[in-house]
Amino acid sequence: MNKYYLGIDLGSTTSKAVIINDQDVIVGRGITNTRANYKVAADIAREEAIYDARFTLLSNKIKQDMEAKPEFKKYMADIRTVFQYQQFKRRMESLEAMLKKTVSEFTYSNKDAIVKKLDEILEIIRPQIRSEFIYGDLGSKNQFFRDIVSEKYNLEVGKIGREFYEPFMLAFDKSITPVENEMVLFNFKELVLESMTVLEEKYKGLADEQEDGSKEDWYYAELNAVKDNYKNVEFSLREHIETIAGQEIHIAKMVGTGYGRALLPFPEDCIKSEILCHAYGAHAIFPNTRTVLDIGGQDTKAIQVDSHGLVTSFHMNDRCAAGCGRYLGYIADEFGLSLNELGPEANSATKETTICSTCTVFAGAEVKELLHNGEERPNILAGLHKAIVQRAMSLIARSGGVRNEFTFTGGVARNQAVLKYVKQMVKDSYGEVTMNIHTDSIFMGALGGAMFARRNISADLPKTKTSQLAD
Amino acid sequence: MSQEAQKEKSMILQKEMIEGLFNDLANAKETGKKVCYTFVPGNLSELIRTFDMLPVYPEINALQSAMRKKSAGYIKEAEKNAHSEDVCTYVKCDVGMMMKGNIGPTGQKIPEPDILLLSYTGCFTFLKWFETLKREYPNAKVIMVHTPYQENAVMTPEMTEYMVKQFKEEVIPQMEAVTGIKYDEAKLKRHLELSRQAEDLIAKIFDTTKNKPSPIDAYFAGVYYIGPINIGFRGTQKAVDYYKELYSEILERIRLGLGPITPEGEMKEEKYRLVVEGPPNWTSFREFWKIFYDMGAVIVASSYTKVGGVYDLGWRHDPERPLEALAEYCMNCYTNLNIPQRIDLLSKCITEYSADGYVTNSIKSCNSFSAGQLGMMREIEDRLEVPVGFIESDLVDPRYFSYSNIKNRLESYFQMLEQRKMIKEEEKV
Repeated sequence: MNKYYLGIDLGSTTSKAVIINDQDVIVGRGITNTRANYKVAADIAREEAIYDARFTLLSNKIKQDMEAKPEFKKYMADIRTVFQYQQFKRRMESLEAMLKKTVSEFTYSNKDAIVKKLDEILEIIRPQIRSEFIYGDLGSKNQFFRDIVSEKYNLEVGKIGREFYEPFMLAFDKSITPVENEMVLFNFKELVLESMTVLEEKYKGLADEQEDGSKEDWYYAELNAVKDNYKNVEFSLREHIETIAGQEIHIAKMVGTGYGRALLPFPEDCIKSEILCHAYGAHAIFPNTRTVLDIGGQDTKAIQVDSHGLVTSFHMNDRCAAGCGRYLGYIADEFGLSLNELGPEANSATKETTICSTCTVFAGAEVKELLHNGEERPNILAGLHKAIVQRAMSLIARSGGVRNEFTFTGGVARNQAVLKYVKQMVKDSYGEVTMNIHTDSIFMGALGGAMFARRNISADLPKTKTSQLAD
Repeated sequence: MSQEAQKEKSMILQKEMIEGLFNDLANAKETGKKVCYTFVPGNLSELIRTFDMLPVYPEINALQSAMRKKSAGYIKEAEKNAHSEDVCTYVKCDVGMMMKGNIGPTGQKIPEPDILLLSYTGCFTFLKWFETLKREYPNAKVIMVHTPYQENAVMTPEMTEYMVKQFKEEVIPQMEAVTGIKYDEAKLKRHLELSRQAEDLIAKIFDTTKNKPSPIDAYFAGVYYIGPINIGFRGTQKAVDYYKELYSEILERIRLGLGPITPEGEMKEEKYRLVVEGPPNWTSFREFWKIFYDMGAVIVASSYTKVGGVYDLGWRHDPERPLEALAEYCMNCYTNLNIPQRIDLLSKCITEYSADGYVTNSIKSCNSFSAGQLGMMREIEDRLEVPVGFIESDLVDPRYFSYSNIKNRLESYFQMLEQRKMIKEEEKV
């Protein structure tokens, strides 16, 4: 039986899980928003990673086809999105029931109207979300259940009368938490088969898209191939689905890390500091890394590592939100934007407005003042992003600077504007150094945890590592 | 301290000494003794004793207030009276205590100062502190001595001469005027001889951390050990007796192969040996200490235990050169050493006491310690390839001690040490 190793990084904003095989290759990743119930957050992340691992195994079975035939590649990407949607749908059903129950217990005088409006709103957002998942790119936006629903729900609530605002917000707040904290286990095979049915429906009705030059050639190639050949892919998949779904993903060992690590239901010797895990994970992907910058939700860390990937020193900002991911969250709220929209808008700036404030809360007041004075929103956002990076740079300087290859990890590394400023400022301060940013940057802590788990920490320490990511 | 620990004779002795001092202070008016407020670094304890004065150390009072959980209230009182949030919290705690009636750690009132003696100028806050006290105690005589910084890592004869001149022309005449007692050099020499004896013992005591396991914790227990010498007993027979007793107790621990005493009894397993730079946090002293001993970490040397005098490198008060000895003492206190000297001193500790790591506790409101700390840490890391850790807290303001942040950082640090230890052991094999 194959052995797998699990690392869970319970962060303040997101919980991540990574599963590796006995060659340190990542086979599964899972991520969810951290919620009041840490255990559920950790369990969901783990389950997600296990589903992901099954998809990896499935992809490996049809590896040759995936490399040679565009329809296989496209189908596998699509089926994952639809699989996500199927999970979303189950949770949405729970939320709908919970919203209806909450509303039925209201004592507002206009209760009947509220009940009716709720039904109307749900009828609008349900197909909207479905369509965006199946035909759009909602699945690739890294948004969590709560974010997806609240975005649509709030939009609709905004359209109806003001008298509904308070009860609808109350209903959502009361209903979302229990639904989020509920652990739902899905049957992989069942969900994959359901997803295949949905995909069949999608591909059958797919209209020919005109090549207008707005997309790359491979897009049309994949699209046409999948339209004509999806039955072949289905056939190949069905051949393996039984085996993969029935295969046990045996987690031989696990390690928990992150801000909430002490609350994880793990034995004490399976809990590791996130500083060590982030460094170890980053070093595994980029073995020449000597300096790691990790910007998470509630802290920022500058870590120096040696050639083994072991930490030699670290500096943390764990006191002040200005300089952490939460700062961006707060700013997004101030502007009524989602986190994903911040970076692109900041990158469209023509200049960076100087933000003097060193405090998250006061930055809010400063932003309002700047807007009032006619400053453009993208410029302000650019200034705010720059401010975060300046704080991080000061932390790096305190920790000893950038000595060799530099790797940027943590959830904030996904923000393109932050990335731009990090690159720029590291170059300005330390000259040309290799800078590594990986799409999996948010998973580095969990990866490091999984790698520690595989090495059993105390018994088998790393000497040399050969590590790579699974395709 | 634990039941067993409370029976240690040295602890009883120390308690008696402190109680005796505060009793004397409470009765100073009746006995006609003059009171001299001064600071621990560069204190002229022997000279104060020569003039039969009683010493009061405001920063010791502040840290004791913190340990008795009174500092938050005192600081609030000082801030109400326009002392900024950024002012050294020792100052605010002291000022607040004064405003609340100047009740000392034993519950007795501390008398007003007859002299405010500033004999160390490396900490500029001290100057401002006494300026503030001068306004509160207009009758007190202020004596200020300028102590040259060891800019070039040496105490030149000119520097010593410059200080001796100040003693002769300023300090001694003014002390004579306030106390009505004539300067008696023979008496000063006797005090200095006793200082020398106590200093020899202190050097030996802190050198016992060479043993494995270390019989003492040179930081958390170390601050108690330096208590008598830092609270005005330097130059007395009582101090010599105390250190003799303490040393013999420690030798006994070494003979029995015992580790340090903690508030929860003996430390069982010594896992990590550390050198710590910077003062401890006093408001959560026990919790702070516990994070270390729970992890099996023992501090084998610390810079803070050297604030009242650096005896590691062989310097002693020399009775044959009384005023010169006092001058050198002032110039040789830890925070008056230049940064490279401090690095050398701490590096020596790390090497000689086989430390596994070096931890800096950076204090929000202490400039004399914090300036240069990061650079020192980097240099030590580069020079000795020793894992370094950095935590932040404050002296006596409980608002700046975050247990979970400090614990998180230290936990990471200890895990880091553990890994490196294993790598080293593997390399040996």
